[in-house]
Amino acid sequence: MPSIPMNQAIREALHEEMARDSSIFVLGEDVIAHGGPYAVTRGIAEQFPDRIRQTPISEAAIVGTAVGAALCGLRPVAEIMYVDFITCAMDEVVNQMAKVRYMFGGQTDVPVILRLPSGSARLIAAQHSQSLEAWFMHVPGLQVAVPSTPRDAKGLMKSALRGRDPVMFIEYKRLYSVKGEVPDTEYVIPFGQADVKRQGEDITVVASGPMVGKALEAARILSAEGIELEVIDPRTLVPLDTDTIFSSVEKTNRAIITDEEVRRGGSSAELASRIAEECFDYLDAPVRRVAAADVPMPFSPVLEKLAVPSVEKLLAAARDLVA
Amino acid sequence: MGIKGPTTEQLLDMYAAMWRIRLFEEQAEYQSGQGKVLGALHTYIGQEAVGVGICAHLTDADYITSTHRGHGHCISKGADVRRMMAELFGRVTGYCKGKGGSMHIADFAVGMLGANGIVAGGFGLATGAGLAAQVRESGQVAVCFFGDGAVNRGPFHENINLGAVWRLPVVYVCENNQYAQWTPQEEITLVTDVASMSSAYGIPGAQVDGMDVLSVYQAAGEAVDRARRGEGPTLLECKTYRFHGHNFGDPQQYRTKEEISDWSGQHDPIQGLGDHLQREGVLTAEEAESIRNSVQEEIAGAVRFADESPYPGPEELTRDVFSTPVA
Repeated sequence: MPSIPMNQAIREALHEEMARDSSIFVLGEDVIAHGGPYAVTRGIAEQFPDRIRQTPISEAAIVGTAVGAALCGLRPVAEIMYVDFITCAMDEVVNQMAKVRYMFGGQTDVPVILRLPSGSARLIAAQHSQSLEAWFMHVPGLQVAVPSTPRDAKGLMKSALRGRDPVMFIEYKRLYSVKGEVPDTEYVIPFGQADVKRQGEDITVVASGPMVGKALEAARILSAEGIELEVIDPRTLVPLDTDTIFSSVEKTNRAIITDEEVRRGGSSAELASRIAEECFDYLDAPVRRVAAADVPMPFSPVLEKLAVPSVEKLLAAARDLVA
Repeated sequence: MGIKGPTTEQLLDMYAAMWRIRLFEEQAEYQSGQGKVLGALHTYIGQEAVGVGICAHLTDADYITSTHRGHGHCISKGADVRRMMAELFGRVTGYCKGKGGSMHIADFAVGMLGANGIVAGGFGLATGAGLAAQVRESGQVAVCFFGDGAVNRGPFHENINLGAVWRLPVVYVCENNQYAQWTPQEEITLVTDVASMSSAYGIPGAQVDGMDVLSVYQAAGEAVDRARRGEGPTLLECKTYRFHGHNFGDPQQYRTKEEISDWSGQHDPIQGLGDHLQREGVLTAEEAESIRNSVQEEIAGAVRFADESPYPGPEELTRDVFSTPVA
């Protein structure tokens, strides 16, 4: 299997699906100029010149237009340059994209994909480093995908491009350049199927996005101490594969939830409460959360390192849980 | 000018359509008082010439987006008054299975992409509909109806700019009824002639008497033709007036009874077209009465249909959030 970085994996999914389905249409700020800041859409203009458009800096119009086009037969894939900028279009996301199917009584499909570069990277501070998964999870009608590997990113994007519902596709900027093996044969990864990234008997770690890699690193360290982590990557937060998560917790009797969102009201809060509600009888200890500090992302690398959840914090939480 | 028509048949259709809107809404207000029509009700009464004059140029393949004041747009685009009334009654036979109500009636089969509870919510949808039409080279046109209040929201600017620079087949129609809910337009906007804002986007602007369906028809014809020819959007402002409150039950302390009665007495669009047709010998007083009576019966049938329809069952609660049920 070839090893490629995640931005290339997403680019391959777009190219392959655009060749398969002529209704797919790409739009966003600077998506032609350099293929966006992270080069995800590079090369699409050469291959599909009539199916990609560079927009003004108008997030509300980008999302609104994508939704309108989706109601009329296109499959728009819109890049929002940084997830932080989706706040300028939350009206269109929350009040139109998420609701038009339901409030119009199921008259229409809404196949819109919003690609949302997220998380900390490159020291770009408070307005370019957020992780807003929980905001999107809270709105009925939005699916939320959070790939952690190139393989998952490509397979999930292909599923999204064949679906009928809106997808908030969370792309962690820190992971764009991280390489991983991707099958060179056709495959898709269905939404709502978690992936057990590592099997273990002692603690279930539900990790998403950049925390998957950190959880696997923590698992290697702890294995030497005789603590075996089971690392589960939900891959999509909506829909959520609770079966896989709950069966793991029933086996390990302990759970840590970890992601790069700020902790208060983060997706970890929802997952922890679901586990507490459904697996209470199996738990030997309270569910732990390892998430970002409840602060805007600071600029200085010294402070950023403190804000973002680390392998060390995972190690401490795991050791505490089995103590 | 170059806009042909309307033909006699179109004139009579427009006359009947304006009555259909008027009588549908008078009945909806009555049924609201009876507790049958539920929730908020924003009537279009007084503004009928705008939706009817514009949609006369559209086919079912063309798209419109609407506002919270959407019944007139639905009827102008050809929606079925029975399913509309059933929706207002909260019944499962309504356009949205009783999940939308007055502010969300949509009929995708006739290109009506939904009333919208968010002021300026239609801009993106119409611009996107125009994009889809342009990409597919389908020759379809999208019309975005919005009020004077929506002009002060960001989507007005973002989407008209985008529609203009991409030369999308969209007509942006401002129904300037002079009040943003309860606030007079001149208190919150220095530029009250919305059509003049078109120059900021490099597209044509036109202003017409929105109480005169023939003026609306003429201006809309030019704008729709221009869009269909691939020459891009027009900003068309129709100066109009709603005869009733912002919503049913609005005490209307922000305007005088004299102002209302002046508009409804001197500028009623249905009366205006009826008088014109009789002057021109197209319609006799008896024929006018017969059209009105026939629409009246249609509306009575819609009320019966709604009243006899069931409410949605509990299984409808979680349906249609996604295409398939999701955990």
